[in-house]
Amino acid sequence: MTSNDSKKAPSRPRFRPGYLALALGAVVVVLLPLIFTSRYTTNLLILGAAWGIATLGLVVVLGYTGQISLAQAAFYGIGAYAVALGTTRWGVNWWLALILGLAAAFLAGAVLGSTTRQLGGHYLAMVTICFQIIYTLINTNWIAVTGGPDGISNIKRPPFLVPLNTAQRYAWFALAALLLVAGLVWWLRDTALGRAMRAIRENELAAEALGVDTRRVKVIAFTMSAVIAALGGAIYASGYLYISPDSFNFDHAVAFLAMVLVGGSDSALGAILGATLLTFLPEWLRDLQRIYLVIYGCAIILVIVFMPEGLWGYAKLLGRRFARPLVLAPARGTLRVGGRGKAGEEILRVEHLVKHFGGVKAVEGVDFAVRRGEIHALIGPNGSGKTTIINLLSGLYVPTAGRIHFLGGDVVGLRPSRIAHNGMARSFQNLRLFRELTVWENVLVGAQREKSREAETRDRAMAAIEFVGLPDKANEICRNLPYGHQKLVELARALAGEPDLLLLDEPGAGLNQTEKQELIQLLKRLNAMGLTIVLVEHDMSLVSQVATLATVLNFGEKIAEGTADAVLRYPAVVEAYLGNREVALGV
Amino acid sequence: MFESLSMNGQLVFAGLAIGGVYGLVALGFVMIFRATNVVNFAQGEFAMLGAYFLVALWQGLKLNYFAAIVVALLMMAAVGLLFEITVYYPLRNRSFLPVIIATIGASIMFQNGALAIFGPSPEKVRPVIQTVGGIGGITLAGVFFDYQYVITLVVTLLLVGLQYLFFEYTILGKKMQATSQDKDMARLLGIPVVFMIALTFIYSSLLGGLGGMLVAPIFFVTHKMGATLGLKAFAATICGGFGDVRGAILGGLALGVIESFGAAYISAIYKDGYSFLVLMLFLLLRPHGIFGEKVAEKA
Repeated sequence: MTSNDSKKAPSRPRFRPGYLALALGAVVVVLLPLIFTSRYTTNLLILGAAWGIATLGLVVVLGYTGQISLAQAAFYGIGAYAVALGTTRWGVNWWLALILGLAAAFLAGAVLGSTTRQLGGHYLAMVTICFQIIYTLINTNWIAVTGGPDGISNIKRPPFLVPLNTAQRYAWFALAALLLVAGLVWWLRDTALGRAMRAIRENELAAEALGVDTRRVKVIAFTMSAVIAALGGAIYASGYLYISPDSFNFDHAVAFLAMVLVGGSDSALGAILGATLLTFLPEWLRDLQRIYLVIYGCAIILVIVFMPEGLWGYAKLLGRRFARPLVLAPARGTLRVGGRGKAGEEILRVEHLVKHFGGVKAVEGVDFAVRRGEIHALIGPNGSGKTTIINLLSGLYVPTAGRIHFLGGDVVGLRPSRIAHNGMARSFQNLRLFRELTVWENVLVGAQREKSREAETRDRAMAAIEFVGLPDKANEICRNLPYGHQKLVELARALAGEPDLLLLDEPGAGLNQTEKQELIQLLKRLNAMGLTIVLVEHDMSLVSQVATLATVLNFGEKIAEGTADAVLRYPAVVEAYLGNREVALGV
Repeated sequence: MFESLSMNGQLVFAGLAIGGVYGLVALGFVMIFRATNVVNFAQGEFAMLGAYFLVALWQGLKLNYFAAIVVALLMMAAVGLLFEITVYYPLRNRSFLPVIIATIGASIMFQNGALAIFGPSPEKVRPVIQTVGGIGGITLAGVFFDYQYVITLVVTLLLVGLQYLFFEYTILGKKMQATSQDKDMARLLGIPVVFMIALTFIYSSLLGGLGGMLVAPIFFVTHKMGATLGLKAFAATICGGFGDVRGAILGGLALGVIESFGAAYISAIYKDGYSFLVLMLFLLLRPHGIFGEKVAEKA
């Protein structure tokens, strides 16, 4: 045995409960069509599978990414109509028709998804509703193409090894497709993309500032969800052999949303649970027929009020004592922050930076430069423009005028995620953690870089967690941590990308004296490792202990620059902080 | 030439009248949104319920038509209060998503409740001014002014005026405005915030119900009528600028006119689509609407 053993790659845990669920799922897929053999129940199985697939699409867009879509039935319809028209009127092969349908959904999803660039919340809800309603209108009224309200019959089934000419065989096919999609959606959750999606759901601004291209990821999520829904529609069309526009209207879009919410939107299993429940519920409540939908509406409200995470979330809550934490291997090596260039070279240069908000002049022509290896403090009274400058540097605000050179390139106008990839990381004045994700996942999002392999990402993330001293908290959900630890997680998250420049917006705020001393030690260690830091801070003792240089701002303008101790003695600085004694006394 | 002019006049007038109803429902949206930041997807169902209450009281219980309207409005007030207590209040501290879903759930409940009670066949309601031999109205310059349309438009404008006076010149109105702008501050100033919000829901459901009663004679009363009405009203609020009272009315009137012209000149079967097409264009090109302001998230 060599000594390398202790430094093995942080291997993925061999066993995850998801694999067991997949294996069990395979058994269920085989058994179900053998147990339910009547034509009626077999059809229900097919319907459940198709709806389940459409609902899984919503897991990606709503559950993971947090973007509402009320157009899922339209995409479902696009898939169904592609197969229906393809195999009856156009006479093409089933698989080709399916691919055409998926391609159409892909395009429509990408177009609709691109509206998320500027819209969120209820606006997005409305735009997807519009899309859904216009789809239904066209579907019903463009009779020449869609067959109109009468629908299309005699739809073919796919050739797949054996002829799928019995309902039972087709049910196997449909359920297998459901299992496949569920497996993919489950797998997506813990990939770099899946983590980026969930980071957007938790805090879009922080995700962008950490290097997640939020616009791109949201469009991808929408497109994926549309394609998955179209697949569900195709399975449905060939299962029922007849379709009409009624199966793809707004009511169904709402039903899909209800399924994913009732089941639990954050997990593939929850979606299947919800889809199963709402497929079979009408059958169990048949005696109630006329008021069935009243109860259905009522049930949605009750689940939303009492089970915010859905049934599966509730089950997980009950079963959390049985859950085993993820075993994480220690990192190989330490963080390599800020070590990519010569100490003393200029890495950031701000020239005549100006930012106006309407009539408010937040920053008014500020110049300063930061050299590699410095801890540069930005200080000044409240409202002097410190945080605005941090937001301008990291790209969250676009300056009204002025230039920002970072590592030789002009970064004005770049998206925050781009700037983060260029090597600038930041923390936020008010914590912006991904609250529902674990410490490990939070830091992983910060560690993700283009073209870096998952193993490297994990390594960097673990190194950052070890650096701030929280490896034993790695599996904790962030919102459950005490405030001081949350601040450390934010620091680790920013460090995990191995930045050249770290922007810290009031890292000491809200910490007690012991925690502040620990923070000072951390900052000094980071600086010793070669990391350059721009620090906004109100605690002058902290500033004078760590800062090598300080720039003093007042009313958006620079009034002094020098070492921390020196600038604090400048009359202009004293005046800015304490007010002008003569003026105040009217002398 | 004159004929086409009068036809266009007819289209404008009809569009404005229907748009007035969109505006009324939209006003309810805006009121609730301003007070609570909740987008109520069940707003259209208030219109449907108002119309059905009128049907039940006037046809079912054989009440006098105007007495029926008054009683129906009282019932609407009760619906609004109940809605606030059961749907809004438990979710008041949650994000927009659960609230949207809950209001959609409520809308499913209302629709199917109406279906279960009144059945799927559409009901007909008499217009406010009844004339012998069907539709009453007068013809001016080649344009036929249907009384019901005129009344709808007048009621809409009257209510907007009254609401303006109420908010600008009464203490209660000021308190409601204060509540909608800053709940915590209002609470500290001793304004009963919970009561104000309840009042807002009651007023919004009254507006919706009234809108429903006004269109009832123009369209048929069905359990589905609220869904499209509500969505179009929502479209109107966004086009006008979310949360803006002027925007809601103007947006509603504009959508009504666009719809009536679209139906006449392009195609009638896509009538319900025009509003949504316009809305999508708005959302993509000017998401903050006519009067709205762009708001950015602070870092």
